[in-house]
Amino acid sequence: MADGSLPGGPPPEPGADRCPTGIEALDNILGGGFPRGHLVLVAGSVGTGKTTLTLEFLVRGAERGEHSLFLSVTEASSKLRQNLSTFEFFRPELVSSGRLVFVDIPVVYEKLGLDHEEFTLEEIDLLIRSIQGLVSELKISRLVIDSLTSVCYRIRREERIRDFMLKLSQVLADLNCTTLLVSEIGQTSARFSLHGVEEAIVDGVILLGNTRRQGDIIRVLQIIKMRGTSHSRAQYVVELTPIGLLMAPHLKGGQQEGG
Amino acid sequence: MTSDSEIGERLRALSGGSAVALRLDPHEYADHYFAALAATLRDLGPDSSTMTIYVSVTNPAALVWSLAQALDVTADRVWFVDAISHIMMNYRDPLPNATYIESPRMLEDIMLRVEYLLRKYPSPHPTVVIDSVNSLAIHNPPDLLSEFFHILINNLKSRQVLTALLVVSDDTTSVLDQMLSLVVDETIDLGRRV
Repeated sequence: MADGSLPGGPPPEPGADRCPTGIEALDNILGGGFPRGHLVLVAGSVGTGKTTLTLEFLVRGAERGEHSLFLSVTEASSKLRQNLSTFEFFRPELVSSGRLVFVDIPVVYEKLGLDHEEFTLEEIDLLIRSIQGLVSELKISRLVIDSLTSVCYRIRREERIRDFMLKLSQVLADLNCTTLLVSEIGQTSARFSLHGVEEAIVDGVILLGNTRRQGDIIRVLQIIKMRGTSHSRAQYVVELTPIGLLMAPHLKGGQQEGG
Repeated sequence: MTSDSEIGERLRALSGGSAVALRLDPHEYADHYFAALAATLRDLGPDSSTMTIYVSVTNPAALVWSLAQALDVTADRVWFVDAISHIMMNYRDPLPNATYIESPRMLEDIMLRVEYLLRKYPSPHPTVVIDSVNSLAIHNPPDLLSEFFHILINNLKSRQVLTALLVVSDDTTSVLDQMLSLVVDETIDLGRRV
C-alpha cells in the first residue's frame, strides 16, 4: 500500500503528507485528505458544485493557517468573494489577512501581454512561470485554477496541453502546493477534461455529476483516481449547505448496474 | 401495560444510540399517533439538553407542529425535516423550524438534512423520529428503503443518537419487517397500553 495502511482498514491520521480538504466525509473516503502536493482534477458539468467544493477546500485551508490562492478564469473574483458569505464558517479576515487570495487570470494575461488567441510555446512557459512565482511569493500551499478548461482553450493543441500539464505538475509539486483544477465537461462526456490529456497527467480525478432516479435528479460525487492513497470508489450524494459540503451514500436498493 | 407517559419513560431509559420501533395499531391510529407525538416530542426530553429531529412524511410538518404545540412542546428544541409538503404542492408558509425536501423519494436528502441539523445544532442527547416507515414505503421500493434504514440507523447509532421509528402494525412488507428486526433494538407496542 502506498500509504502503509491495510486495504479497507482505517484511514491513517492526517499528517504532514496529507492535505485535509476540511470536508469531513471527503477526508474520510480519501484516507485523511489529498496527498500533499498533488494535482487533482475536479470534473463536472455545469451546476454540479465544482466551484463550491474548491472554494470550501481553500477556506478550510486558510482556517488552518495555510495560504490559499484561487485563480479565476471564468468568473470575476469579486463575485466569488461575495459567494463566500454563504459559508457560515467563512470569516472575512481570511481575505483581509492575505491567507485567502483571489486573482483573476485575465488580469495576469494582460500583465504578461498574453494577447494571442492561441498561446505560443513561449507564452505557455511565461504563464507557468507566473503561476510558479505567485505560489512561491505568496507561500501558497493550496491552489485552485477555475477553470483549467478555459486555460486549455487557449493552448488548444493536445501536445502543448500535455507539455503545459507536465510542467505545471512539476513546478507545483516542487513547491509542495496541493492544487485543484476545475474541469468543465458535458453531462454525458466519457472524458473528464477537454482533451482527455489532462486527466492522464493529474494525480487525482474527482467527478461531480447528476444522476436520475425515478425522474428525480440527484447530485453525486465519485473519486475516479487518486495516486498514492487508497480511496473509496463508491458514488456519494452531495448537498451544498451553509455549513459546507455534506455527503451520503448513493442508495442503489439492490439495483445492478453495468454488466 | 403502559400509559401514555410511560412510553416517554421507556424511551428515556434507552441509551443513546438505540433504535426503537413504536408500533401503532391501525384500528386506534389517531389515539396512538397522538400518544407517539407526546412521547417523542414532549415526554422524551423536557430539558434543554435534548433536541429532536422529526422527519415528517405522513403529515406536513405544519400539521405535526400544530399538534405538538397543543402538547406544549417548545420550538427551540424541535426541528422538522418535511418530506411531504413539496410533493403535495403545499409549501406556501414554511415553518421557521423546518427544512423541506422535494419528495419522500429523495431518501439521501433525508439523510443529508438530518446530518445537517445534527451538525448545526449539536446536542448531548439528540433524537431522530421517522414518521413513518409505512409512509416512506408508499413512495419507495422495499429494497431501497431497507438500504436507507440500514445506513441511516447504523450511522445514528454510531453517533449515539436515539432513533424512533413510527410503524403502523400489520402494514409492512416482509422485506421491511426483516430489515426492522435487524436494526431495531426494542419495540414498543402502543396497542398494549392501559
